[in-house]
Amino acid sequence: MFSRDTWKEIFEAMSKNKLRTFLTGFTVALGIFIFVTLFGMGNGLQNTFNEFFGQDAVNVLRIYPSQTTLPYGGYKAKRQIEFENDDLEAIAKEFAPFIDYMTPQINNGGTVTYKNESDNYSNRGVGPGMQWAEKNILMKGRYINNKDIRDRTKVAVIGRMVEKDLFNGDNPIGEYIAMGESVFRVVGVYQDDGGDNEERYIYIPFTTRQLIEGNNDKLGQIIIGFKESLGYTGAMDFQNKLDAFMRQRKVISPKDPRGIFIQNIADQLKQNQQFAGALQLIISAIAFAVIISGVIGISNIMVFVVKERTKEIGIRKAMGATPRLITSGIMLESIFITAVFGFLGMLIGIIVLNAITGDTLKDDYFITKPSINLGLAFFVTILLVICGAIAAFVPARRAARIKPIVALRDE
Amino acid sequence: MIEIKDLHKSYRMGSNSLHVLKGINFSVEDGELVAIMGSSGSGKSTLLNILGMLDVADSGSYHLDGVPIKDLSETKAAQYRNKFLGFIFQSFNLINYKNAIENVALPLYYQRIGRKERQEKALKYLERVGLKQWATHLPSELSGGQKQRVAIARAMAAEPKVLLADEPTGALDSTTSYEVMDLIQKINDEGNTILVVTHEEDIAHMCKRIVHLKDGVIVEDKMVEQVRAAQYVQ
Ligand SMILES: Nc1ncnc2c1ncn2[C@@H]1O[C@H](COP(=O)(O)OP(=O)(O)OP(=O)(O)O)[C@@H](O)[C@H]1O
Ligand SMILES: [Mg+2]
Repeated sequence: MFSRDTWKEIFEAMSKNKLRTFLTGFTVALGIFIFVTLFGMGNGLQNTFNEFFGQDAVNVLRIYPSQTTLPYGGYKAKRQIEFENDDLEAIAKEFAPFIDYMTPQINNGGTVTYKNESDNYSNRGVGPGMQWAEKNILMKGRYINNKDIRDRTKVAVIGRMVEKDLFNGDNPIGEYIAMGESVFRVVGVYQDDGGDNEERYIYIPFTTRQLIEGNNDKLGQIIIGFKESLGYTGAMDFQNKLDAFMRQRKVISPKDPRGIFIQNIADQLKQNQQFAGALQLIISAIAFAVIISGVIGISNIMVFVVKERTKEIGIRKAMGATPRLITSGIMLESIFITAVFGFLGMLIGIIVLNAITGDTLKDDYFITKPSINLGLAFFVTILLVICGAIAAFVPARRAARIKPIVALRDE
Repeated sequence: MIEIKDLHKSYRMGSNSLHVLKGINFSVEDGELVAIMGSSGSGKSTLLNILGMLDVADSGSYHLDGVPIKDLSETKAAQYRNKFLGFIFQSFNLINYKNAIENVALPLYYQRIGRKERQEKALKYLERVGLKQWATHLPSELSGGQKQRVAIARAMAAEPKVLLADEPTGALDSTTSYEVMDLIQKINDEGNTILVVTHEEDIAHMCKRIVHLKDGVIVEDKMVEQVRAAQYVQ
């Protein structure tokens, strides 16, 4: 069955029927190609999600104050809620076993000047915990510490891009920058995996910010890093308790959709991962549908091929071809074509996936490093070859069973 | 060589049944050249197809070279066809994507003869039919007569015991027909047994024996003086 002669005969039939060979092969190659690229893009999407949400700490809650919408506890609606220093202390006391670190974040911004260079930057009044919340990596100097908070020092930790834009290669540590009415001494430079924009912030002690704002004790938002050991359900539990606690403290109706808002990155991450997972599932389904249509395509072509070859089969039978030889000839041809073109399609797919990895794709289509597991690509290609063989078997066997006299009469 | 007794064959078409062969008794010796004649629809092709194991009879017995041909599986039939029989068809039945020599070599492939020997043998028989220089031409590049000669070379290449020809000259003009008959006579001269189905009196008289079929039975079976085709061929 696998003698050199058999293959010679098959190659001859293939090379002399180029269009037929090409059509079958093209269907297979296209099917596998589409599968590989689609699936790879799906993986790329998921990579983007993972990367996007991997840049900040995951076990983090953010509490935002806002205006109430319901009257409650003697207060009218539309009351602006604000967090103060004692809220921070109360949370720390109440939830100590849950909490890893905590920091307020008071947003501000404006022109920042160093010597002759100046530009607009956002600054954030924060505590030492911010370093963990933002996963900032220190490149030079130090981060804001507890002494800064206590003494309300005028120090700043700047992002890598701020250094790059303002300092022209000078070492910024110990240099002074002007922000608004005040002058700050740069004590540290950080970098952030979240991209350039994450490296354009300037961090100052939140107590210093409060001093500048007329010595108030307003906090903006509060960021809480909770213990990873809580797990997902523990985190949700903590969030609910914190919500209730803060509503009671600030006299906000439990039914008020606003007043305070807690954003849970873990929850968001999970949702986003679910979304990405669902997307990947849909893409996989489409990809498998492509494979199935490929199989149907091969079946159709094989039915057509066998029909077209009926007379030839009759002639071969008259010359002494046994049904087995007829069936195996058609099947080997089909398997050979699907295997060769299948792997060709797979190869091209993988090459294309590697070629399209780039920033345009990432920025505009949220696809990062599209790739496919090689094992899966092989599996699907082999699956298609097997399905193609099965698809070829039915018409091949029918052809082998046609009485030679009937086959010969075929025009 | 061929011995058939009380052979019957009907074709069923829906509820109707057409009784085509109604008890044929007939034998052919080694080295004979037999013409089978009869009007259209008299069952000539049906008989030849049964002899060629391309079709099966409903009843009766058939022995080929002493071997009973009965209830053969498709595989067995294919092997017998390959070993015993060579076919020449009215419509040539060459494989259109194979060139002349590949067509001639085909039955040898199914005899499991090695590629080199196949090529040599095929070329030898192509030379016999005078088409050596056309060996690499596709059927579409050949005339009707040339195609039939390729088909004859193919039938002979397997060196069968019996050659079965169904109207081998049916698609050819008279000059070409005589060339083909000349070839068939020469092959017969070497001792090969040949059965030729034909409509044409002159072709039939180039054989050595004429069998007349009518309404599914043999109505006449006579030896004739062979007319040599060579005299009509330059
Ligand atoms: N497969 C078939 N199914 C049904 N009827 C058939 C079949 N083959 C042949 N016949 C019928 O059987 C009869 C004999 O056919 P056959 O082909 O043997 O005739 P023939 O003598 O070779 O005729 P011709 O000279 O036209 O070739 C015809 O009436 C034909 O219509
Ligand atoms: Mg006929």
